[in-house]
Amino acid sequence: MSKTKTVTTGVKTRKTIVNIIVHIILAALAFVWVLPVIWVILISFRAEKGAYVSTFFPKSYTFDNYIRLFTDRSIMDFPQMFLNTFIIGVCCCIVSTIFVLSVAYCMSRMRFKMRKPYMNIAMILGLFPSFMSMIAVYYILQAFNLTNGSMIRLALIIVFSAGAGVNFYVAKGFFDTIPKSLDEAAIIDGATRWNIFTKVTIPLSKPIIVYTILTSFMGPWIDFVFAKVICRADATQFTVSIGLWNMLEKEYIYNWFNCFAAGAVVVSVPIAILFIMTQKFYVEGMSGAVKG
Amino acid sequence: MKKADAKSKKGKEFQTPYTVINALVKGNVVTKLSLVILGLGNIVHKQIVKGLMFLVIEAAYLYYMISYGFYALSMLPSLGWLETQEVWNESKMIYEYTAGHQSRLILLYGVATVFITFLFILVWRDAVKSSYKSEVLAKEGGHLNTFKEDFKSLFNQNLHKLLLALPLIGILVFTVLPLLYNITMAFTNYSKSGEKEVLFDWVGFNTFAKILNFQDSVGTQFYSVLGWTLIWAILATVLNYIFGMILAIVINRKETKAKAFWRFCFVLSIAVPQFVSLLIMRTMLQQDGIVNNLLINLGIIDRALPFFTNAMWARVTVIVINLWVGIPYTILQVTGILQNIPAELYEAAKIDGANAVQTFFKITLPYMLFVMTPYLITQFTGNINNFNVIFLLSGGNPTNVGNTAGKTDLLVTWLYKLTVDQRYYNLGAVIGIMTFVVLAIVALVTYRNTNSYKDEEGFM
Repeated sequence: MSKTKTVTTGVKTRKTIVNIIVHIILAALAFVWVLPVIWVILISFRAEKGAYVSTFFPKSYTFDNYIRLFTDRSIMDFPQMFLNTFIIGVCCCIVSTIFVLSVAYCMSRMRFKMRKPYMNIAMILGLFPSFMSMIAVYYILQAFNLTNGSMIRLALIIVFSAGAGVNFYVAKGFFDTIPKSLDEAAIIDGATRWNIFTKVTIPLSKPIIVYTILTSFMGPWIDFVFAKVICRADATQFTVSIGLWNMLEKEYIYNWFNCFAAGAVVVSVPIAILFIMTQKFYVEGMSGAVKG
Repeated sequence: MKKADAKSKKGKEFQTPYTVINALVKGNVVTKLSLVILGLGNIVHKQIVKGLMFLVIEAAYLYYMISYGFYALSMLPSLGWLETQEVWNESKMIYEYTAGHQSRLILLYGVATVFITFLFILVWRDAVKSSYKSEVLAKEGGHLNTFKEDFKSLFNQNLHKLLLALPLIGILVFTVLPLLYNITMAFTNYSKSGEKEVLFDWVGFNTFAKILNFQDSVGTQFYSVLGWTLIWAILATVLNYIFGMILAIVINRKETKAKAFWRFCFVLSIAVPQFVSLLIMRTMLQQDGIVNNLLINLGIIDRALPFFTNAMWARVTVIVINLWVGIPYTILQVTGILQNIPAELYEAAKIDGANAVQTFFKITLPYMLFVMTPYLITQFTGNINNFNVIFLLSGGNPTNVGNTAGKTDLLVTWLYKLTVDQRYYNLGAVIGIMTFVVLAIVALVTYRNTNSYKDEEGFM
C-alpha cells in the first residue's frame, strides 16, 4: 500500500514540476511576443529626442508626440495621410467585398462553361508575384491619366481592389458549406437566383463578409510598395505607410522617431480593436479556406 | 447559346449544337452574312436590341482599329526608331524638341491592341453562334428570347454573367493586361544599361540566356538568390508550422492554466499591422538600436551584434523574426483543428503506454499534415513571395559591392530593386517569370495531389 502511494506522489510532483516549467516557458515566450508592442507604446510617450535609445523605459513621459503628429503639418502631413488612407480604405473595402462575394457565389453555386477554366486561371494568376507587373500597372494608369494630383487616390483604389475577383477561394469555401437544400427550397417557392443570393446566402454569410471587409479595408493601411510606386513624390497623396516609412529615413529619424511610434500606435489601435472584435469570424473564415 | 447552359446534361456538360463551325457549314445566307455584319441574324429574327448591341461593338472595334489600332500594330515589330531631336527654330531663335518614339508606350499600345482584338474575337464567336441559333430556332418554330427575357435571365439562370462582369473587367485590365505587357518586356533590352530607356528593341531570349548562364555575373547572382529563396521558403514554412503547432498543443493541454490569456498574448501581434511591427523590429535591431545598446550596457557583449550587416546573421535574423510574425497565425489555424482529432485515438495510445512525444509523432502530426496540406502549400508559395518581411527588415542587405542582389534578397525583392531602383526592366521581367516557373512547379507537383483539390465537389 505505502509503496503505491509514494509512486503516485512521485508522479504528481513530476507533473507539477513539468507544469511549472511549461508555464515559465510560456511566460517567457509571451513576453518576447508582446515586448515590441509594449516598447513602441512606451516610445510613443517618450520625452527625450533622437533615435538613440539606451534604456528600455523612457526617462520621462509626455503626450507631445501625439499632439505633434496631428498638428505639425509642415514636413509630415500626417492628418492628410490618415484621411487619404481612410478614404481609399473605405472605397476599397466596398468594391472588393462586392467583387469577392459575387465571384465566390458564382463559383460555388452557379454551373457554367467557364467556371473550371476561370478557377484554374485565377490560380495561375495567383502564382505570379504581385509586384511583377507593378511598373506596367503604373504605365497603364498613366495612359488613363490617373497618376497626377487627386486622381492618384482613384488609381490606388483601382490598384487595391480591381483584382479582388481572383481572391475568392476563402469565400467560396465558406459558401460551399451552406446547405444546397436551402437554395432548392427557395427555388420551389419561386425565388430567382438573384433572390437566393441576396436573401438566403448573404444573410447566412456574416463571418465571411466581416472577414472580407476587414482584410480589404486593411490592405491600403499596410501596403507600402504600390502606394510608393504610384504616389512617386506627390506628398499630398501619401498614405500612412509611406509617411511612417519616411519618418525612419536618415534625414527625419532624429526629429520624428517618437512620432513614428505614436503614428504606429494610432494606426494599430483601430485595426487591433477591429481584429480582436472580429477574431471569431476571422478564424471561421480561415478554417473555411483550409477545408475547401 | 443562352439556353444551352440550362439544357446541359451530365457527362457532356455544356455542349451545344450552336457552334461557329455549324454556323459556317449549315447556316443560311443571313447567318453567313452575320460573320461579317455582327448581329444581323438576330436583327432579322426580331432580336433587335441584342443584334444592335453586337453591331455597335463591331463598329466601335473597327473605328478603334482604323483610327489607331493598325498603326499600333504596325509599330510593334520595330518598337520605334525616331529619337528625340533638337531642331533650330529660325523664327523664334530657339532650339525646339521634336517628340521621338517612346518604345514603352508603343509596346503598351501594341499589346493592348492585340488584347482588344482577342476580346473582340470572343465577342465575334458569340455573335455568330447567337445568329445561327436564332436562325435554327426560327426554322424549328422554337421560342426566341426577347430582349426583356434575356435581361430577366441575367437575374436568374444567367446570374453569373451579371455578377462576373465587373470583377472580370477589373482582372482583365489591371491584372492580365499588365502581366502580358510585363512578360513581353522580358524579350526586349529595356534597361538603363546601354541607354535603352527610351528606345529599345526585341532581343528574343537573350535576357533569359544571360540570367541562366553560370558564368555571367547576373547569372551567378540569380542562382544564389534562387537557392536562398528556396531555403528561406522551406525553413520559414516548416519551422513556423512545427513551432506553432507545439505551442498550440502546449496551450491546449488540460493542465495549462489561463489558456485564453496566453492565446491573447500571441494573437496580439497579428492585430498590429505587419508593416508597423516589422519596422519596429528593424529599428530595435539596428547597429545602435535598443537591443544592441541594452546588451552592451549590461556588459553581455562589447561590440554591436551585426544583425543586418553580416550575411549569416542577417539570414538567421529574418528567419527568427518571421517566426515571430508567423507562429501566431499557425496557432490560430491549428487550435480549431486540434480539437477535432478523435479522442479515442489518444486513449488507445495511452493504454498502449505511448508517451507524449510518441503520441505527437504517431497521431497528432500525421493527422494535422493530412488536414492541413493545402494550407502548408499556400504558406510555402506565400513565403516564396514574402516581400514584406525581407524588404522591411533587411532590405535584402548585406549587398556585395557591384551586385544588385543582397544576401537576404528573395526573387521578389530583387525584382523590386531591379525595376524600381535600378531600372533594369527586362531583367526584372525575367526574374518575375522565373519566380512564376518555380511556383508553378511546386503547385503542380503538390496541389494536384491533395484531396481537397480532387474532391472539390466532395462535400457539397
